[in-house]
Amino acid sequence: MSIMEMHFTKDHEWFRVEGDEATVGITDHAQQALGDITFVDLPKVGKVVSAHDSLLVVESVKAASDVFAPVAGTVSAVNEKLASSPELINQSACADGWLCKLKPFIPAMTELMTAEQYKIFLQEH
Amino acid sequence: MPFIPTTDGDRMAMLQAIGVPDIAALFADVPASVRISGLDLPPGRSEADVYEHMHQVSHRNAHHLIGFLGGGYYDHFIPACVDEMASRSEFYTAYTPYQPEASQGTLQAIFEYQTAICRITDMEVANASLYDGGTALYEAAMMAIRLTGRKKILLDSGVNPIYRNILYSYTRNLAVDFVEIPVVHGQSDRDRIVSALDDQTAAIILQNPNFFGAVDDFTDVIQSAHAKGCLAVMSVYPVSLGILKTPGKMGADIVTGEGQSLGLPLSFGGPYLGFMATRLAHVRKMPGRIAGATIDANGRRGFVLTLQAREQHIRREKAMSNICSNEALCALRALIYLSWLGKAGFKDLAHICAQKAEYAKTRLSAIPGVEIKKSAPTFNEFTIELPCDASGVVSRMIDRGFAAGFPLGRYYKGMENYLLVAVTEKRTREQIGIFAEALEGVL
Repeated sequence: MSIMEMHFTKDHEWFRVEGDEATVGITDHAQQALGDITFVDLPKVGKVVSAHDSLLVVESVKAASDVFAPVAGTVSAVNEKLASSPELINQSACADGWLCKLKPFIPAMTELMTAEQYKIFLQEH
Repeated sequence: MPFIPTTDGDRMAMLQAIGVPDIAALFADVPASVRISGLDLPPGRSEADVYEHMHQVSHRNAHHLIGFLGGGYYDHFIPACVDEMASRSEFYTAYTPYQPEASQGTLQAIFEYQTAICRITDMEVANASLYDGGTALYEAAMMAIRLTGRKKILLDSGVNPIYRNILYSYTRNLAVDFVEIPVVHGQSDRDRIVSALDDQTAAIILQNPNFFGAVDDFTDVIQSAHAKGCLAVMSVYPVSLGILKTPGKMGADIVTGEGQSLGLPLSFGGPYLGFMATRLAHVRKMPGRIAGATIDANGRRGFVLTLQAREQHIRREKAMSNICSNEALCALRALIYLSWLGKAGFKDLAHICAQKAEYAKTRLSAIPGVEIKKSAPTFNEFTIELPCDASGVVSRMIDRGFAAGFPLGRYYKGMENYLLVAVTEKRTREQIGIFAEALEGVL
């Protein structure tokens, strides 16, 4: 899965689509800003969220931050490895450090960015 | 000189900003009947005059009564070392001294207190303390709701009625659905509790010993709760844990209690001490401060506040609780008390209380007209049935120098003739004998 197929939000989440399932994570920029991640308060499978709802909380040595749902949907899976190895997010924010999956999900029509647009967004902010 | 930093103009601007006409409007939710209309203070007097006045007022307290009153708060002996050590200025005058670089003593005391609470309850983690047993139980109920995402709570009516009032008043504007399960003959109705459990139930709240004094082993009830994905919250009397099966051994998920019995004087409602312990798996949803042990840059053991991302100063409105303090000095007293007793002393204390209560039962049940149900074992407190109204008996016993107990009719309809009697290690065989004779005399 290449980074080009990922979608990004202004809140520094990403998601990518495989069939009717969206995998959600935080961006490399977000993990760098947070510092060492110490805990992820993973949601329960079955949790229903609207776009921009708080999906879960990521705790780092610096802060505890909400991760917002980039799209609406139902949590279908969570990255269980994060319970014992939250540092996966620091090591691999866009791959092994994924947070959860939403299935089914409703794609948002606006406010999403491609990798290229997100790169420009980061430069401008 | 007034010590108010804002001017009238400042205050008007603030009131206007939030859209209320005056300061009184901020208190509109407080019923007029409980608002103070004026303090009616006399002019100032000399220090000596005030001292003498307060001394005389203090003598109007009924400190001479021999106490058999319990109901969740008990008259235990407090060794002199508790006052002596807890009043050291390093502990006594410090206000939230939690910077680890400057406050290792306070942090270690809290850490050791947490360890003591875990040991007596057989639980894995405890917090730095909460306000009192009742508010600790409220925090436990909210924690169970956070952990399960469910709203229904089964509440055994054997739980202290004062605590139940706190639960109801604290949750009045929250989406919590309490279902109270009445006791049968002063004991938990386990069949009814188990049949009321469903996949909407966040927790069952139990108390051991219960308010009537009955001791129970809730292991089976807790297993049934867990089978439905429901948590077990248990409020316990810490002194009883010296001999009773612990909530940890019964499988409880969250344990709370009133810590007043651990070295704190009975003082008309406080300050008391709420303790809380839980399983390690639930620690991130536990409210309150937690002190943790760690290693500093030089490899030395040290103490810090930990897991603070749960707390209000970091997580704001998303914190696990609005609690932003603890009862550090009261917790310190509990720690000194428990350390002074030691493991064997703690067990001995529990044995002495239970044995003296059994002796009191024998003496009181010999009084014509007094009946004591023997259906459930008890610890240091038990319910007796009188041939007349218990409140009247309590009044007549005050004239004879006794705080005879807690009249159950105050909280339980139809139990007007029942009296709750507590016995601690402080009561002598002689006092118990005189108490029995006096009681027989007033019936």
